[in-house]
Amino acid sequence: MDGTLDPNAARKAWLSVLAKADADAVGALWAETGLAPEHSVLRAPEIGAVMVRGRAGAVGAPFNMGEMTVTRASVRLATGEVGHGYVQGRGKDHARTAALVDALMQTDQAGVVEAGVLTPLRDAASTRRATRAAKAAATKVDFFTIARGED
Amino acid sequence: MYVAVKGGEKAIDAAHAWLAEERRGPEDVAELSVDQIKEQLKLAVNRVMAEGSLYDPDLAALAIKQARGDMIEAIFLIRAYRTTLPRFGGSEPVDTDAMACDRRVSATFKDAPGGQVLGPTFDYTHRLLDFKLAADGETPKAAERAEEPAPKPHIMSFLDREDLIQPEPEGADTPPDLTREPLELPAARALRLQSLTRGDEGFVLGMAYSTQRGYARNHAFVAELRIGTCAVEMDIPELGFAIEIGEVELTECETVNQFQGSKTQPPQFTRGYGLVFGMSERKAISMALVDRALRWKELGEDNVGAPAQDEEFVLYHADNVQATGFLEHIKLPHYVDFQSELELIRKLRREAMDRVPNQEAAE
Repeated sequence: MDGTLDPNAARKAWLSVLAKADADAVGALWAETGLAPEHSVLRAPEIGAVMVRGRAGAVGAPFNMGEMTVTRASVRLATGEVGHGYVQGRGKDHARTAALVDALMQTDQAGVVEAGVLTPLRDAASTRRATRAAKAAATKVDFFTIARGED
Repeated sequence: MYVAVKGGEKAIDAAHAWLAEERRGPEDVAELSVDQIKEQLKLAVNRVMAEGSLYDPDLAALAIKQARGDMIEAIFLIRAYRTTLPRFGGSEPVDTDAMACDRRVSATFKDAPGGQVLGPTFDYTHRLLDFKLAADGETPKAAERAEEPAPKPHIMSFLDREDLIQPEPEGADTPPDLTREPLELPAARALRLQSLTRGDEGFVLGMAYSTQRGYARNHAFVAELRIGTCAVEMDIPELGFAIEIGEVELTECETVNQFQGSKTQPPQFTRGYGLVFGMSERKAISMALVDRALRWKELGEDNVGAPAQDEEFVLYHADNVQATGFLEHIKLPHYVDFQSELELIRKLRREAMDRVPNQEAAE
């Protein structure tokens, strides 16, 4: 689907950032915001597994590779917004915080959460990615021809 | 006859206490932390995740510590833990085309778009012991080169465009899962790939090597080997759309193999495929070679009777947890079984001995 036309694109993006972020970083940034919205727990944090799939030959029939650990949680704010957190690993606080962030992003607190939690996480992820890409680029082979066989 | 015996509890407790002490080793040596294992023995962690069939570096590192570095024991611990987890669902197939590559090499095309990227490889090292590591040597900093990451399309797609490579058939969205249903033969390719990706690295390597030495030779070239991270996306029912739920490091190997042709089909290259958790290129290449060998029937090849073509042999012996469980159980008490064998052999010997003098007497 074209990302620009997807009505869920923004929510997908912040949920993905939260899922892949370091659990300690999420906890620290969340604590710094000082937010403690009143909420009820729809689903207490639960640790489980997701079967990761690949495709035969990268393009063919799907096959099961193996599982990964995932933790999920759901909350409802006192104002009614429902938030879901699905995060990699076994962090119960990570999943609960992700659900709260998801819920608050649907309220007028969105700006505070975006600036205090999501933007720093996005920045950290892109820095990490750029650093690895730069190290990989440094190991790129530049071929040069020593001598040609024909004249 | 089954006879229950009791006893040995004290001996077992003492053995386990000693195990814990031996695991820790001398106290004047600093204790190894799980984080140190996770960050500094990363390839061991990767192997435990791949064969334990659970991607969680913290757990794999803990398992290695608990198992005192015994990889199969660590894999066993992860498999046992895995069974305690509820399954939330299955992911979308990972898009390896979009992999953030740390490494990407091709043995078939020098000028692959996106370039040949070596990454943190052991290749081209001299395999000389580095005594600096034993003496707290300083670690050199990795070089960096600012560059817009170029797209790295699969090299195989270029052959595909020209119809030079056998196309990959589509399959069911929900593939069969050997952790849920018993593995029945003949196994679909999806099951073979699942079995190989979690199979024992040594076993799969040995099988792959046998094809190179001539047992079902299929002349593999590594068209592409890539290592890096891929996002894992899953459909979330309560949201009604898919989100990324994490990212995993993967090694993917695509081989291009000897071509096939028939009366109706012009000759085409064929392919083998390996995809493994973590940075595990020996395993990924091995998997691709064995995958290719097992495809003999669908590609219309002859069964030359090679072990790597025999899916029952390969798939039923690739799992090191199953293998070690059965192998090691023979060291556990079999006193009653053995007692009956002992009775039997004494009886047979008695009968044989009785016959010998009689025969002599008859002659």
